[in-house]
Amino acid sequence: MSELPAWSLPAGAAEEIALDVEWPTEVTREWAWGGATGKGVRVCILDSGVDASHPMVGHVESAVAVSKDEDGVAFVANDLEGDVCGHGTACAGIVRSLAPEVEIHSVRVLGAGFTGGGNILLFGLRYAIEQGFDVVNMSLSTTKKDYAAVLHELADSAYFQRTVLVASAHNMPVESYPWRFSSVISVGSHEEADPMALYYNPNPPVEFFAKGVDVEVAWMGGEVLSASGNSFATPHVSAICALVRSKHPELTPFQLKSVLHLTSTNVGGNR
Amino acid sequence: MTDDLNAAVAAAALGSEERFRALLRSVVEVARAIFAAKASSILLLDEQTNELVFEAVVGEGEESLLGQRFPAGTGVAGWVLATRTPLVIEDVARDPRFAKDVAEGTGYVPQGLMAVPLLHDEQALGVLEVLDRQSRFTLEEMELLGLFASQAAIALDLLQRAREAEAALAGDGELAPVARLAAALGELDEEARPDAQALLASLETVLRHK
Repeated sequence: MSELPAWSLPAGAAEEIALDVEWPTEVTREWAWGGATGKGVRVCILDSGVDASHPMVGHVESAVAVSKDEDGVAFVANDLEGDVCGHGTACAGIVRSLAPEVEIHSVRVLGAGFTGGGNILLFGLRYAIEQGFDVVNMSLSTTKKDYAAVLHELADSAYFQRTVLVASAHNMPVESYPWRFSSVISVGSHEEADPMALYYNPNPPVEFFAKGVDVEVAWMGGEVLSASGNSFATPHVSAICALVRSKHPELTPFQLKSVLHLTSTNVGGNR
Repeated sequence: MTDDLNAAVAAAALGSEERFRALLRSVVEVARAIFAAKASSILLLDEQTNELVFEAVVGEGEESLLGQRFPAGTGVAGWVLATRTPLVIEDVARDPRFAKDVAEGTGYVPQGLMAVPLLHDEQALGVLEVLDRQSRFTLEEMELLGLFASQAAIALDLLQRAREAEAALAGDGELAPVARLAAALGELDEEARPDAQALLASLETVLRHK
């Protein structure tokens, strides 16, 4: 029986889908991530690369770059350049600051030749999902409608294989992806100083608000700057996801999103 | 009819660039005023060279920056373009790379910078920047800047189209013969015009049947 796909639940089979997690009567922040450091969780920064020499970032476990060959075919190769513009480093530093023991992996999809970036983005995301990363931080989006369907499929396949995609919402009046998909966790900014303040938004498509104003970010040349934008709110949620996953690795993306909701500042986060 | 044609050709080939440029300038002037900023600028992405070009600048650096180019893959404007999301930085001067590049160009190094991508249809056309605001940044300001960006993106799109039309109509451009034909038609006297129009109508019929 167990080889059959679980598209139905035959009589007496409830045992087979027993949950590994002991769900508490009340989900608190203490239960969700109390004492967690992100240890053992693999977080992918799908961005412009990560500068491992920045003190806020620390060790980068693996780094690849997606580029195109002469025929325009995308491929993945080891990234020897680090960060080409600083954006990925800023995101990685935020994740590290909240989840100090996560494994940071970099997949570079921004930078050189980004005008044809949508295709590279798709390729990089597919690669990240194939690697089975626990959390993929996407502080970026594409406005290319042609890519929407493929992105949607990728987001769903990530969701079903327990890779959590955390994506920046667009605070501009344009259609963009993948943050609008319900299989990803979409993030906008709030103006509070607390990096763990998280708000659930009952008016989607943006589902959560995290710290996105006056964020201390790792910058090029080892500097630290104060920056604002949804790009920086997103890694806060990626880090919280990593904390929860390190303490409760058995949680599915759906359950993880439920935990984010239940521990949001405006839901039960003060308990 | 020929006057209309002439006007259309002239509008596409001549004065439109100046008008759209004036529109861009007015966008950055209003942006600068609303945010009580020291300067504001619009940068256009040149896809051929993958560079960003200052198309409109008001305030500090106005004279020296206009028309200047730099690689689109680097810098704050490059981030904004690549990630297609707005960004605010409060102490830009601490970025050694940024300070050096800008100081070499203008002698003016801003402290704070607000940048938003100019998105039109599916394209990222460029970046709108507001430098050194008086007020502390709020998310409301970001949304306001986003609205400005929509306006600026439309203006930038028109400017690009005008340039493409101009290139096609001028010199040895693809449509240059059409422009010359329209101009010649406009110069014909009343007597000769009907014959020329009949000839053009026949040509049109032949081309359409093809």
